[in-house]
Amino acid sequence: MEFTFWTIISNLILAARWTVVLSLVTFFLGGSIGMIVLLMRISSSWFARNIAKGYIELFQGTPLLMQLFLAFFGLALLGFDVPAWLAAGLALTLWSASFFAEIWRGCVQSVPTGQSEAARSLGMGWYQMMMNVIFPQALLLSIPPTVGFLVQIVKATALTSIIGFVDLSKAGSMISNMTFEPFTVYGLVAVLYFIICWPLSAISYHLERKLNGSSGN
Amino acid sequence: MALLEISDLRKAYGNTEVLKKISLDIDRGEVIAIIGKSGSGKSTFLRCLNGLETPTSGTVRIDGSNLTLDERALKELRLKVGMIFQQFNLFPHLSALDNVALAPRIVTKQTRYAARAKARIMLEKVGLGEREHARPRELSGGQQQRVAIARALAMDPIILLCDEITSALDPELVGEVLNVVKKLAAEGMTLLMVTHEMRFARDVCSRVVFMHAGQIHEIGPPGEIFTAPKTPELKQFLGHN
Repeated sequence: MEFTFWTIISNLILAARWTVVLSLVTFFLGGSIGMIVLLMRISSSWFARNIAKGYIELFQGTPLLMQLFLAFFGLALLGFDVPAWLAAGLALTLWSASFFAEIWRGCVQSVPTGQSEAARSLGMGWYQMMMNVIFPQALLLSIPPTVGFLVQIVKATALTSIIGFVDLSKAGSMISNMTFEPFTVYGLVAVLYFIICWPLSAISYHLERKLNGSSGN
Repeated sequence: MALLEISDLRKAYGNTEVLKKISLDIDRGEVIAIIGKSGSGKSTFLRCLNGLETPTSGTVRIDGSNLTLDERALKELRLKVGMIFQQFNLFPHLSALDNVALAPRIVTKQTRYAARAKARIMLEKVGLGEREHARPRELSGGQQQRVAIARALAMDPIILLCDEITSALDPELVGEVLNVVKKLAAEGMTLLMVTHEMRFARDVCSRVVFMHAGQIHEIGPPGEIFTAPKTPELKQFLGHN
């Protein structure tokens, strides 16, 4: 098969779809689980707090690569037939949830204590206070670090090529092996990652400015 | 029976005793000024009365029910005790109207319509009926503090705690806030205020509490406290020699 410049690009773009899909799945599932871990982490229950703490320490304290291996090979050893896409999605989701929980906890805690004192002295319970007073303010603070972490997620999906998930990086190395043009191919791979990540940063900047204009301190 | 009965209230952080056995009865309609140096325990005392701080020992009875640690009972009791803070603590993401209407809607479960109607009445009362759509940051300090007063009043408290509510204000804005408080006092609201406004304390309050080193050092009607202080500490605080 003959590889022209355009076949290289079109094949990389096709593979980049999977990078985008995996990033989106990680963002939504990881974000949802991260929200649950966050609620447990800041709850008044000692038990829930410590489970969340343990979870966060486990997934932040081990390399993502090990988590990917364990999801792929470990589950296979236990007799579960896990395809690469499932192992990749699972590991990235669990990994990102631990970071989302900590990023958002920082945002929740940077809402001034006077806000919770005012809410409590008006008779609000914990849940009412969180939903109506703390989270709406924390949300604003959370946008830049959340989108920043989204960029990290996109780049982290590159690791999944190691367990055979054909994302942008994996396609890059396969094409490079066939064409013997690593500089061109990896150069294009880098450009594609940039094209995915750069708009995210731009959106973050835009949202931050817009939200700051309509409310806030 | 007094509206507020405080007996042997103690608060300690580790080995530091901030409040040492405070006892005080307050009747309905009284306006009490709490004065004293910073660090004398004034704010902590006030915060113990609505459960923002947990007393180490002693009892607080409000309108016949005990202040307890139980979160549910505490919530009930907080409905009767409003609090206004030095830094206003308005919710920055909500308009003035929604700041006032939020708690009636979600805590006492009034309809959105009823809560807003109530909020309008309260904003009207503090002279801010025109500014209901303004965000806190678009208001002056004095206006923000008046919204905070309206927010506390919207819960129909029977006691209002004011924690240095004019200390963060520019001097020219103090008057508008104190006028609102004066109006409330005239309407018969029970008020406990930590304050540095001695003139206000003298003119409006029924009793003045001088706190020193975590205790009620001297207490009496303003005439007595300001013109004939008995203890050297109060004399020094007032600048008498």
